[in-house]
Order: sequence, then structure tokens, then C-alpha cells
Amino acid sequence: MTARLSPEMCAAAPPTTVGFGNVLRSEWTKLRSLRSTCWSAAFVVLATVGLGIFMGARWAHQSGPIPPGFDATNTSLSGTYIAQLIVGALGVLTITSEYATGMIRATFSAVPQRRTLLAAKAVVLALGTLVVAEAVCFVAFVSCQALLANKGVGVSLGDPGALRSVVGAGLYLTAAALLGFGLGAAIRHPAGGLSAFFGLLFAPSAIVDLLPTDWRNDLINYMPANAGSQIFTTDNVNGALGPWAGLGVFCLYAAAALVVGFVLTAVRDA
Amino acid sequence: MIEARRLTKRYGSTLAVDDLSFDVLPGRVTGFLGPNGAGKSTTMRMVLGLDRPTSGTVTVLGRPFGEHHRPLHEIGAVLESRSVHGGRSAYNHLLCLAQSNGIAERRVHDVLELVGLSDVAGRRARAFSLGMSQRLGLAAALLGDPAVVLCDEPVNGLDPEGIRWIRTTLRALAAEGRTVFVSSHLMSEMALMADHVIVVGRGRLLADASMADLLASGARSFALVRTPDATRLAAVLHKAGATTSAHADGGLEVVGLPCDRIGDLAAEHGLRVHELTPRQASLEAAFLELTHDSVDFRVEEAS
Repeated sequence: MTARLSPEMCAAAPPTTVGFGNVLRSEWTKLRSLRSTCWSAAFVVLATVGLGIFMGARWAHQSGPIPPGFDATNTSLSGTYIAQLIVGALGVLTITSEYATGMIRATFSAVPQRRTLLAAKAVVLALGTLVVAEAVCFVAFVSCQALLANKGVGVSLGDPGALRSVVGAGLYLTAAALLGFGLGAAIRHPAGGLSAFFGLLFAPSAIVDLLPTDWRNDLINYMPANAGSQIFTTDNVNGALGPWAGLGVFCLYAAAALVVGFVLTAVRDA
Repeated sequence: MIEARRLTKRYGSTLAVDDLSFDVLPGRVTGFLGPNGAGKSTTMRMVLGLDRPTSGTVTVLGRPFGEHHRPLHEIGAVLESRSVHGGRSAYNHLLCLAQSNGIAERRVHDVLELVGLSDVAGRRARAFSLGMSQRLGLAAALLGDPAVVLCDEPVNGLDPEGIRWIRTTLRALAAEGRTVFVSSHLMSEMALMADHVIVVGRGRLLADASMADLLASGARSFALVRTPDATRLAAVLHKAGATTSAHADGGLEVVGLPCDRIGDLAAEHGLRVHELTPRQASLEAAFLELTHDSVDFRVEEAS
């Protein structure tokens, strides 16, 4: 076919000032228009709600007595341990898939302000994760407690630490997504970013376990996964960080990854 | 309008672009020629702010690319390697780019129709052929109705139909007064597409000239003269400042005088001329001559 370039066809809409709002809208379109995002959301629902129901049913059918110190709230939020892997991977891939496909060149050619772009990506990812995570954590808690109630060990949101745990689990998952995003922005390669994320969650505890006991007991509480999970535990172990302090430490890891990612993205050739 | 001033890019010990200065003017297609590895893509990436120059500057419409706040309205780029997320539909790919620059969704439909992809707009980009990907790339470049259009190796791997489409489209864009900057290592294609050419080799500027001048300046442009009075005509032509040599097929190769002067001189001296033909260097020959010393890897011709 031949090109048709009549003036009407080339006349674009009158340009409006490009602000953060435009970039946010663009990033939301990017996130929602990939199947991998929908799959990730589906798996988060399945892992969190599914495991909550499974754990409720499992303890409801426990033949013996429920052990003392049973944490009904934490049990109902067991899926968080799996969901963190999914949202973290989503965070890593949100940015590394742009590098892997070459999309990043089109992106930076449209928005050369790279920090603005990363900030918009982070906000969209965080809000999306927060909404889904809070919803699934709430549903997981309610459905698991309904099953545990048969055994007389169910708790309600009014019980000590319960509401904080449910809300906190959603915040933890959001921070995990941002941790993955920061690592992805710094590393750029999908495989490298995923390895770094999984490594940071699991490796520190394993390494710290090798240290002399008194060092180990101090350090272990500051490892990312150990610190972060305090927020959805009501039966906090003696010596461990408090729930909010723990979440705060986890957020510091995420913030550090984001800072490194932002700085490297701004100074490197794309 | 693109202005490069003493543009230099060094990767470790490799000097990819070396003190390059040139202007790309509106209203014509400017070809950017050079062998593979000459620094064409690196230069284009610096124009787009993707790579930072080691030294020197390059501006688009008077400002460095990074200072444009809605760059899609100023410069549209089609980069060599695919720059599309294969999992996204053509429509959503264009939509997210349009939204980032505050361009109305209506315009996405327009550019899809312009490049002939309306029927496959909902298909994921990874299913696109190379030709369709180039069309999608050009659609993205035209979203903001930019004054400057930049294409890196747009005809690479395209079939003849696709090549013709790219050529006519880019020529039409230049005819509308836009600045069109196209890189290629395919001389034959540039000869058909470009009005002006910038030739680089090993990162250095080798030529910045109109297509006509480049062709005329090629050392292989000569007049072929067949005459039974070769010795006497050669003497006359030497006196007039030309150099002559024997052509491979017989006859005289005359360099330095136009055909009409040669004919006039022959007539003045009563010398017979059986054939007088201007032989113009092809762009290919001119290019090979220019870049002969600046090719990284060359197959030595068997002696």
C-alpha cells in the first residue's frame, strides 16, 4: 500500500503539558495490558485465599487438641509467604521486561525524565498491589476464621493484633513488590532481578544461621523476611522486633533497593 | 532540525563516535551512511538521550532531548532493534505511549490507520512480522505529529514491498517539511531515498553533502572518450587541466573536465570523437571509496 499522509491524518490533538498524571495513566495502561499481570493477580488470590481456607480446614479437622500458643491470625495469613514471591516477581518483571523486550527505549524516548518515569511505575505497582493484597488478606482471614470457629479457636478482627496483622500483611506484600521493583531497576535483567529478590528473602537467614548463636540471635531479627513477617504475627517471639518495627526494617530494605535502582537508572546508558 | 557538535562517545577503550559535527535540516531526507560498526546507532541513541555523550552535544530543535517535556511532539523515533513489549497489543502499545505525552486516544486510531495496522490492532506485537513491526514502530513515531522523524536502519530485513512503503512514507514526511534522518548501510536504498547524506566510518565524519554532490565528487566519475586520435586528444585535454588514462575496455578515461568541454575541445582541434559518455560513480562506489580505510572487518581480496 502507499502512504497516505494527508494533513488531517497528521494533525495531532493540541499538546497538553506532560505531567506526572499522564505518566501515571500510561504506566497503568502498561500494567493492565499484560496477561502476566492478570495471572499474577489470580495467583495471589489463589495462594492467599486458597491457603487461608486450606489451613482453616486443616486445623478444624485436627484430631487432637490445638497446641497452646496457636496463632490463629498468622495461620489464616499463611498464603502471604507464597504471595510475597508472586508480587516480588511482578515488581522485578515490571521493569526488567521493558529492558528485555527493548520497550525501555520507546519508554525513555517518550519520557526522558527517567526518575519521574520510575516513580510513576512504582506508584502504579504499589497501589495495584496494595488494593489486591488488602482485599485477599481480608478474605483469607475471614474465611479461615470461620472454619477455625468450629474448633473454638477462631478470632475476629476485634481481637488483639488481628486487624493490624491483616492490614499489615497487605502492606508487607506491597513493600515486597517495591523491593522487587527496586532490585529490577538496579539489575535490569529478569533472571538476575528474580535471583536477587529470592536470594534476599531466603539467603540471609540461612547464612546468619551459620554464625555463633548469640550473634545469630541478634542478627536474625533484622533479616528481611524475619523482620517483615512480624507484622502479621500476633504471638511475637521474645526478642524479635515488634510488628511495626519489623515492617519498618523490611521497608528500609525496599527503600534501599529503590534508591539504588533510581540512581543507576538515571546515570546509566539505556 | 538536529545539531551535533563535536559529539564523542567512548565505550571503554573503543571510540564509537569520534568528534562528530553535523546538522540535519528540515524538508529533506538526510541519509546517515556508514559500514556496520561505524557509530550510526550510537549517534542516534545519543540524539534520543538514551546514551550520554562522553563529550560534545547534540540538540533536537535547539534543546537536548532530555529537556523536552513532551518529546513525542518534537521527535519520533523508529529504532533498529524492536522496542515493543511482545505481550502487549499494538493498540495498547501505542495507547500507553500516547498517554505519557498527553496525546488523545483518538490519535492512536489515526496512526494505526495511517500505517495500515487497524485490522491487527488487537493482536499482540510478538505475533507481528518484521514488516508489521516496522509499521508499528513508525506509527509510534508519528503519534505526536513530530517535526523530526528519526529511523535507524528502517529497511533492514524488509521485503521489497515493505521497503517501498518505508521509502514513500519517509519521502512524504520530508515533503511536509519535517526533518527526516535515516540511517542505513544499504547504499542502493539511500540513493533512492535521501536528498542529503552524512557518511561516517569508525565514528568519524567522512562526508556531509547532497546526494548529487557525493555522486559527482566520487573519484570514479569520468568521461569515457573513444577516438582514433587518442594521443593528440589526450595532449589537448592535459593542456586544459584534465587527467587521462586508458579505460579497461579501450578508449580514454577523462577526469577533471565535463563532457561538453571535452567535445568542444575536440571540435576546436579538428579531432574525431566516436563516443563521449559521462560515467558517474554509483553511490555504492563513492561510499566504498570513502569508507575503504574505515571498515573494521574486511575480507582481503584474493590476489
